[in-house]
Amino acid sequence: MTNRLLDGPPLDFGAEPYAQHRRRLGPLPSAAGLLEALESSGLRGRGGAGFPVAAKWLSIAERAGGPAVVIANGSEGEPLSHKDRLLMSTRPHLVLDGALLAAAALRADRVFIVVAEDLARAPAVMAAALAERPEAEQEALRLVVAPARYVAGESSAIVNLVESGTAVPTYVPPRPHVKGVGRAPTLVQNVESLAQVALLARRPASFPALLATLHAAGSGPVVRELEPSTLLGQALEGVGGSLSQTRAVLLGGYFGTWIDGSEAWELPLDPRALRELGHSFGCGVVAALPVGACGVCETSRVLRYLAEESSAQCGPCFYGLRALAGACERVSANQAEPGELQRLQRWAQEVRGRGACRHPDGASGFLLSALRVFGSDFAGHRTHGRGGLG
Amino acid sequence: MSEELELAVDRTRCDGSRLCAELLPERIRLDDWGYPIFEPGAIPAHLLPHARRAVAACPLLALRLRRPGED
Ligand SMILES: Cc1cc2nc3c(=O)[nH]c(=O)nc-3n(C[C@H](O)[C@H](O)[C@H](O)COP(=O)(O)O)c2cc1C
Ligand code: SF4
Repeated sequence: MTNRLLDGPPLDFGAEPYAQHRRRLGPLPSAAGLLEALESSGLRGRGGAGFPVAAKWLSIAERAGGPAVVIANGSEGEPLSHKDRLLMSTRPHLVLDGALLAAAALRADRVFIVVAEDLARAPAVMAAALAERPEAEQEALRLVVAPARYVAGESSAIVNLVESGTAVPTYVPPRPHVKGVGRAPTLVQNVESLAQVALLARRPASFPALLATLHAAGSGPVVRELEPSTLLGQALEGVGGSLSQTRAVLLGGYFGTWIDGSEAWELPLDPRALRELGHSFGCGVVAALPVGACGVCETSRVLRYLAEESSAQCGPCFYGLRALAGACERVSANQAEPGELQRLQRWAQEVRGRGACRHPDGASGFLLSALRVFGSDFAGHRTHGRGGLG
Repeated sequence: MSEELELAVDRTRCDGSRLCAELLPERIRLDDWGYPIFEPGAIPAHLLPHARRAVAACPLLALRLRRPGED
């Protein structure tokens, strides 16, 4: 059996009201045995890094001392991802249930629901959902609206936002799960991860499904809930894609990796299997680049975006990502300097691990995959091709 | 008593003064923008005094020594 987050009323009805949610799934279950259930489910975070949920909870549960803090991360800063806003706009009570269960399991007395301001109806729906909950729950719950910036969703930036109103990353250590909001151990967990917890607490023997944002070549984003055995090609065919129209696939969003189309088509969309093959499902973005599109131009565009989204606190990130974007743009404008590609490789390696947060690491992994998959475009760039990511 | 130590930097503080790389060139080089790149791993004992001097010289107090694996 699979636990499906989007079961229930049709999605175009909007948010499932609290009364209906309770009729369908029953009241908030107890958190007893939840950690064990999370451990045996192998659930991993859906915000991008894919860290095991149980391990993060254990490190907080095993502490001595005062109450912890729980933060539901509904920032969804990744431009190609739409699954978190869809989830929050249609199943807000699954997210709240998951956050409250985390609070019960980890002895937290405050729960912050952080939602980015630009996510369509999500901030308003979450605010309305909070107001529907019993008074005792409302006392612990707070909604925090985050600015629409890429790095605002990084975990130390989220803690910083809740504490001081500034959504930029801070130097860690201490990491949030050791000392976060008000120096309390703080769980920062993606909203889809928490919604999965809400279902696992009710049906611990079932497998979590996966929310993915699918971009077939030349069409806009469609969010689908997938069985973990679905092949990537099947998923894209389900939204009108075809291998013959797909040159390459960007898996995992702007922090993800490019994969050649025919290789990508056969990949199982199963986080564990992908990890074993050296790929990452990341935040669940599967985006096709059309045949005829230019890998250099698309890569330049994304790198320029990531460079501009740097919070400009760390030299290697601020200068490094700008330099990387500039070099890609020179290649794309047929103005590459001698040794440009070797230098691009070296810079991409050198920025890794040299920011306070992993923003440069994400950009570097993205670029290195582009150099592998679009090697011939980079080596002999002539024309710009047609089309791009959705 | 000898203790294994490595260098760690707060990247949000470091503004590329370059002093650390001058005092410990065996372990620190600069990238193309003047920010330090550290040789990974523990500092050999004979370089520890130089490493301590580099830490003390950082005008922004961005650099420190920590036990390997420590946060
Ligand atoms: C630059 C940057 C941006 C991030 N943006 C988001 C985001 O928008 N949403 C999110 O859930 N996680 C984001 N993350 C990951 C978070 O730091 C954190 O790992 C995640 O929220 C933990 O939840 P999970 O384990 O359930 O995925 C980002 C990380 C980085 C380095
Ligand atoms: S690595 Fe980049 S995005 Fe992250 S804190 Fe430093 S400057 Fe900001």
